[in-house]
Amino acid sequence: MRSPWLLGPLGIIVVLLLWSLISLSGAVDPLFLPSPPAVWQAAATQFQEGILVGDALASIQRVFFGFALSAGLALPLGIAMGSNPLVCRLLEPLLGLIRYMPAPAFIPLLIIYFGLGELPKVLLIFIGTFFFNTLMIMDAVKFVPPELIETALTLGGRGLPILTRVVAPFIAPQVIDAYRINMASAWNLVIVAELVAANEGLGKRISLAQRFLRTDEIFVGLIVIGLIGLLIDLGFRAVLRRSCRWAN
Amino acid sequence: MHLSVNGVSKSFGEGRHAKLVLDDISFSIKSGEFVALVGSSGSGKSTVMRLIAGLERPSAGVIALDGKTVRGPGSDRGMVFQKYSLYPWMTAAQNVAFGMSLQGLTKALVRERTGYFLEVVGLQDSARRLPKELSGGMQQRVAIARALAADPKVVLLDEPFGALDLQIRESMQEFLYQLWQRSGLTALLITHDLEEALLLAQRVHIMAPRPGRIVRTVEADLDRSNLAHLRVSPPFLELREELVNTLRTLDGAAS
Repeated sequence: MRSPWLLGPLGIIVVLLLWSLISLSGAVDPLFLPSPPAVWQAAATQFQEGILVGDALASIQRVFFGFALSAGLALPLGIAMGSNPLVCRLLEPLLGLIRYMPAPAFIPLLIIYFGLGELPKVLLIFIGTFFFNTLMIMDAVKFVPPELIETALTLGGRGLPILTRVVAPFIAPQVIDAYRINMASAWNLVIVAELVAANEGLGKRISLAQRFLRTDEIFVGLIVIGLIGLLIDLGFRAVLRRSCRWAN
Repeated sequence: MHLSVNGVSKSFGEGRHAKLVLDDISFSIKSGEFVALVGSSGSGKSTVMRLIAGLERPSAGVIALDGKTVRGPGSDRGMVFQKYSLYPWMTAAQNVAFGMSLQGLTKALVRERTGYFLEVVGLQDSARRLPKELSGGMQQRVAIARALAADPKVVLLDEPFGALDLQIRESMQEFLYQLWQRSGLTALLITHDLEEALLLAQRVHIMAPRPGRIVRTVEADLDRSNLAHLRVSPPFLELREELVNTLRTLDGAAS
């Protein structure tokens, strides 16, 4: 294959073509499968009315705060668990247990505690990503080769400098990658939270569209959600490539 | 400088499951000496090195450097590991500079000494390359430069060339020998390769396994003006042959 990067766009084009053909053939009621031009039209209308950007910003904002909280707290805790066996023994079973509780199952509790505002949505994203982030960072720390730390010790290094100058740079690529992977859950959860209760947001728009049988608007929502997720993923990859050249 | 290892034993595990790995090891090294510990795998030679480095504590006995008991790792005992222990995100120069900056030397001094030690190991042109862009032999030379740059009283080399191809290993042996002659460093070499030990070290301690102990000490008083000649000279081959037999008997008796 001379240019394998073409395969990705090719797959998307094939699906788009199939979708066009099926809706052109009239085999499926447009109520269930709106045509690509109809979806495009709905997107353009939403964009002009400012709804699309407003919804996207609302969702992105929630993800940003929830995930920043999760990532920021998971880093020190994951490092502590990875480097100190006692902390690990104390917390790993607990985190392992909570990790298997589906985050959306916390929604009723969050609504009872915090109502319908922004806080429960941000906390849902936190709950859904914090434990995975922490455990993945813990694993990264556990797999720092002992030679690297022992070398630092024989060069006159001590606790904190070894943490900041040996452990931190070594785990950086894995931490960024853990964030990238768990960001996908954060992005899923914000939509779930908005489906349940919100005034605006991409998920909210989808559930409104359902009430009015606007499948074209549901399609717009799904596609925009996918695109933003993809952009975030590519962003993380770019950060990884730039900041950790040595690991490529 | 005087490093003394006195009656050192080490067991791993506790109670009934305790396993004695080192039994009553004693030897010493003075400034400028090149000493080797040779033994097959399981003879505990790497454990001796880790004890001297302070990465492990002896179960009995005392290790002292200039009369001060070793209680933990420190920059007075530099170490070169078998597996490449360079920091993969640092360039060759940054690796060499790392110990000095940990010790808080001024930036100007670190830069100057980094340049100097890269030159000592002949890698001044590779200063800005990452470890993955260097060959195995070059990586070990950076590791040696890094250990020397931290200004240790003794350099501990744990099978430093064990992972290298034969030809590169021979040229690295030449390199290390010349480095030792030029810089007057004090070195303790751990190896399973008897030829390597006899070629480089003035004194060779031969270790036997289960439990690890020193069974024989050889003063390798050889003419080292040309290592390539030495490798094939009759006195060298004779000595090597004799010691290989010793090692073989020991391994046979133990297994």
